[in-house]
Amino acid sequence: MSSDFGGEATAVAEDVPAGRVPAGDVAEQPAPRPRRCGIGWAQRLEIALLSGPAILMFLGFVILPVLMAAYYGFYRWKGFGAPTDFVGLDNYLTILRDSSFHDALLHNGLIVVLSLVLQGPIALALALLLNRRMRGQSVIRVLIFVPYVIAEVIVGTAWSLLLQVEGAVNGVLEAIGLGGLTADWLADPKLAIWTLMLVLTWKYVGFAVILFLAGMQNIPEELSEAAAVDGASYWQTQRRITLPLLGPTVRIWAFLSIIGALQLFDLVYIIWGQYVASTAGTSTMATYLVTEGRNAGNYGYGNAVAVVLFLISMIIALVYQRFVLRRDTEGALTGGR
Amino acid sequence: MARNTPARRSDPLVHVAVLMLVGLMLGPVLYIVVGGFRTNSQITIDPAGLPDPWEFGNYADVLTGGTFWRQVGNSTIAAAATTVGVVTLGVMASYVLARYRFRGRGAMYALFAAGLMFPVTVAITPLYLLVRNLGLANTLPGVILPQIAFGLPTTIIILVPFLRAIPKEIEEAAAIDRCGRLGFFWRMVLPLSVPGLITTGILAFIGSWNSYLLPLFILNDHDSFTLPLGVQAFASQYSVDTAKVLAFTSLSMIPALVFFSLFERRIVGGLTGAVKG
Repeated sequence: MSSDFGGEATAVAEDVPAGRVPAGDVAEQPAPRPRRCGIGWAQRLEIALLSGPAILMFLGFVILPVLMAAYYGFYRWKGFGAPTDFVGLDNYLTILRDSSFHDALLHNGLIVVLSLVLQGPIALALALLLNRRMRGQSVIRVLIFVPYVIAEVIVGTAWSLLLQVEGAVNGVLEAIGLGGLTADWLADPKLAIWTLMLVLTWKYVGFAVILFLAGMQNIPEELSEAAAVDGASYWQTQRRITLPLLGPTVRIWAFLSIIGALQLFDLVYIIWGQYVASTAGTSTMATYLVTEGRNAGNYGYGNAVAVVLFLISMIIALVYQRFVLRRDTEGALTGGR
Repeated sequence: MARNTPARRSDPLVHVAVLMLVGLMLGPVLYIVVGGFRTNSQITIDPAGLPDPWEFGNYADVLTGGTFWRQVGNSTIAAAATTVGVVTLGVMASYVLARYRFRGRGAMYALFAAGLMFPVTVAITPLYLLVRNLGLANTLPGVILPQIAFGLPTTIIILVPFLRAIPKEIEEAAAIDRCGRLGFFWRMVLPLSVPGLITTGILAFIGSWNSYLLPLFILNDHDSFTLPLGVQAFASQYSVDTAKVLAFTSLSMIPALVFFSLFERRIVGGLTGAVKG
């Protein structure tokens, strides 16, 4: 029904139709009405009925808690009773001086950068490798995705068993005559962040490979055929055709990777727990906010940390959307479609 | 299937590389599974060896104890309810966003799209208090409701283009047959969008099945634990009994792996659809 193009969709922040159920309107919808300006009550009712539940759920369980976090961040509050001890920006000033938070922020920064420079090239290489015709290709693609599907808890539990001092990784190193390389992978503060990167790469590289492979499938075969006719070698074809055309996919993967790295919680918390992470040098903003907010009972401060994490992610996301993804998508955050 | 690489016959280097890759990806998983068939003394003496003899007691213990099955049950209920909720609410809202024109539609889309940036981490402590005040602490609905809400953005982002792609002609034909928009939604949109619904449903199911932080806050009582919490509790309770932990861990991998291998094409398709979105 192309009847409603007249009701120009302007992105005005009000008029969310959630609560606007008009009372005595008839549910029976008469057949097509060519409507050129505005929309009728029946349509409004439909909009409210169909999108209302989703909007209410979303406002109630996503937006409201985020706003509550911002509110509690202004209080020194232990989580019992109503927050009364208003401290204004004190929590945020504390964050500026809090070396534990600075450590966590630094670790997050490292994880963001290392995720990009480790996983990106590895995933590209693997995608190029797996994009060749070979026997058992589809099986291999499934297998490479397995770590991504396994729950973080299981991955964390398994790797902490593998990596403990008496664990299998050191055992294998001994067995193949590399006993000199054995180490305390989890507790040594010089190593732990690299151990974390190893586990992260193992877990998430399959996701990047699958994305890249899908991107490669969308590149028209004619291009590489034409290149082959012109006498281009395999590597020339990859470098001049595949990789440039894969640009949008890579940029979107990088976006997801950055956001994921900023929000990293599960694996660190499971492998290192709440206390060891800070001494091993793997704490993140998310593990820190949970440690403060839940385990230490500083709800107000924990929520201020959450707000800072949120703002950092949001700013990075907006900047990235504005300057990197601009050509790839119609910025989902900056104006719908 | 479009391949942009010329076929190269049996390049041995490529095969070796691929085999090593598969080994690296699967090695840890196989270690867990095989490790469950060993005894603790075998593991202590030779952390990297094969079972000798194969020991089935660890798996038998886990499978005959009630804990594992209760947690599988809890995870199944939570994941199934989350999936139904996300898909139902998601497709309704997506239909509005895809095929109605009204003031505020752009804002509504932006609201949900921005939800992609609100991970549960940021809101977790207020969310816990909210759920507690609703009297849902320590219950599965206390996990399910927030999971539905946090699953909506992805669902809507994937479904809106999908629903928009349904040709206008079908809608016009339906209108001529005196089928209202709701009737059209019920009789045409839902059947036509089944592939999209399955994709988003699978993503929601696996997300819920694997989720950790939210259950960690909401569920405190061992009886209400979902599988991820159960794995962690088991691992710390039996921290000296490595073999048993390995058995428990590998058994808890199975449901997600089975589910994944059944729907692998859909998941991969859904991810790429989301990226192209």
